[in-house]
Amino acid sequence: MSIISLKGVSKEFNTRAGKVNAITDINLEIEEGDIYGIIGLSGAGKSTLVRCMNLLEIPTEGKVVFDGEELTDRNKKELNKKRRNIAMIFQQFNLLMQKNVLRNVSFPLEIAGISKKNAEEKAKELLKLVDLEDRIYSYPSQLSGGQKQRVAIARALSTNPKVLLCDEATSALDPDTTKSILRLLKKINRDYKITIIVITHEMEVVRQICNKVAIIEKGEIAETGTVEAVFKKPKSAAGRRLFFQKEDEPDLHMRTSVKNRVRLAFDDNRAYEPVIANMIIELKAPVNILYARMESVGENQKGQMVIGLSEDEEIARKQKEYLRENKVTFIELEEGEANSLESNDLEEDEDRNMYGKEGR
Amino acid sequence: MGQMLIQGILDTLYMTVGATAIAYLFGLPIGVSLVVTAPDGISPHHTYNKVMGFIVNIVRSVPFLILMIALMPYVRIIIGTGIGTSATVAVLVASAVPFVARLVESELREVDKGVIEAAQSMGASNMQIVIKVMLLEARPSLLIGTAVSTITILGYSAMAGVVGGGGLGDIAIKYGLYRYDSKTMWITVVILILLVQLLQSIGNYISKKLDNRI
Repeated sequence: MSIISLKGVSKEFNTRAGKVNAITDINLEIEEGDIYGIIGLSGAGKSTLVRCMNLLEIPTEGKVVFDGEELTDRNKKELNKKRRNIAMIFQQFNLLMQKNVLRNVSFPLEIAGISKKNAEEKAKELLKLVDLEDRIYSYPSQLSGGQKQRVAIARALSTNPKVLLCDEATSALDPDTTKSILRLLKKINRDYKITIIVITHEMEVVRQICNKVAIIEKGEIAETGTVEAVFKKPKSAAGRRLFFQKEDEPDLHMRTSVKNRVRLAFDDNRAYEPVIANMIIELKAPVNILYARMESVGENQKGQMVIGLSEDEEIARKQKEYLRENKVTFIELEEGEANSLESNDLEEDEDRNMYGKEGR
Repeated sequence: MGQMLIQGILDTLYMTVGATAIAYLFGLPIGVSLVVTAPDGISPHHTYNKVMGFIVNIVRSVPFLILMIALMPYVRIIIGTGIGTSATVAVLVASAVPFVARLVESELREVDKGVIEAAQSMGASNMQIVIKVMLLEARPSLLIGTAVSTITILGYSAMAGVVGGGGLGDIAIKYGLYRYDSKTMWITVVILILLVQLLQSIGNYISKKLDNRI
């Protein structure tokens, strides 16, 4: 049975420029136990859509049905009661800055009229679940982003909700923290049987935890389906745009037959040094640059580059020697192996530790 | 003269603290209501917001001295006397309520909209949001605002000396203006400066002490 279903939901905003349709005629069925991703570019109407599910935004048209009961025609008091079953976490965490971690987590229970003692007991239990039992008397300003989101998750779970809405919950976090938060969400879904709805603009997030996905564009659902199916073969133009925005680089599979290819990884300041140029000058042998990409990761520069060393094995050996001496991390590529790491490979590649190990 | 100055300080403090307390009693709820009924508030109400905002603006646009003289006859009816400290308190309150309301309004507007939204998503009622979220989250700036209000009211109370309002302002005018005793006048000025410094420091200290963001 669907835990949440939207039937012909539209939301119109009155702005100075006139009426704007944030979302139009949305039909969605979210099954119990799903981790349902709703993905779209910014301005697509994702946030409005998720807020229609707990009626933080009241739809101009259509019905929202939660657990077999219609939410749209309830009065405020009944709605507030229902909302305890639909918890929500946010991009900016939205913790109470003047309350400590424990009081933040027990806050929804306090609102629901549970005694302080019981509420705090429950809060402590949940803080253990999110690995923050040692920070219960800290204030949010003393926590990192990831810790704040963990507090927010514990807070969201305090009323034993059936559904957890995540509005860009990892968008303000770094990649590692994102991963650990996603792991936590997955665990909550599995162990507590809580249906999770994930709003995001990052396909990585959908790929990592969702089983189903809806693609939203310009306020309309472009496509829905299992993540596997949609990723493999997006039917809509919006889906293709979202999923192929990165893999689209033509260099990826080109010229993989060049001999003696190595993939170099630069990090930190090394990315600024003209290592390759120096090597060419010193060894007086050219290299063939096949692929290069620089990325800023936080404040650091990270880059990867694929070059074809000299076809002469002796010179190639010297070049590798030079790279090793200059502490450039590199991996020799097999013939036919793709030049760049695709996102799928990155994870498997973690063990090989691209960015850390010396060349072999 | 020492006796007189001490009496003056006590009168000034009585008027200032009393008027501030009563002004907050009315100004705080009005300020809250302005935020709550604003177009982007938790319970928008266009008409109330406009009407209340208009009244607040009218009273705020009348200079204190003129308001004081204009209100004297009514104060005499209500309090029984048009001069002295109690009469001054009444006028100070009338002048300070709209000021406090606007101050509280702007302080509550600073509360993160996201936190309010989070509370709504938990099923908090509007009353719970005001008391448990907005007033709590805005506590540090509300306290600083209280210090600012108190100091403003202290200044007004000194002005009330012109019409025999009592306190340090009264002394300064009686001695400085009418008797050309500039020494006494300057002493009262120095005392007023010290009082302002003291009030601001107390406000800052308490606000910082009760702010958990650092």
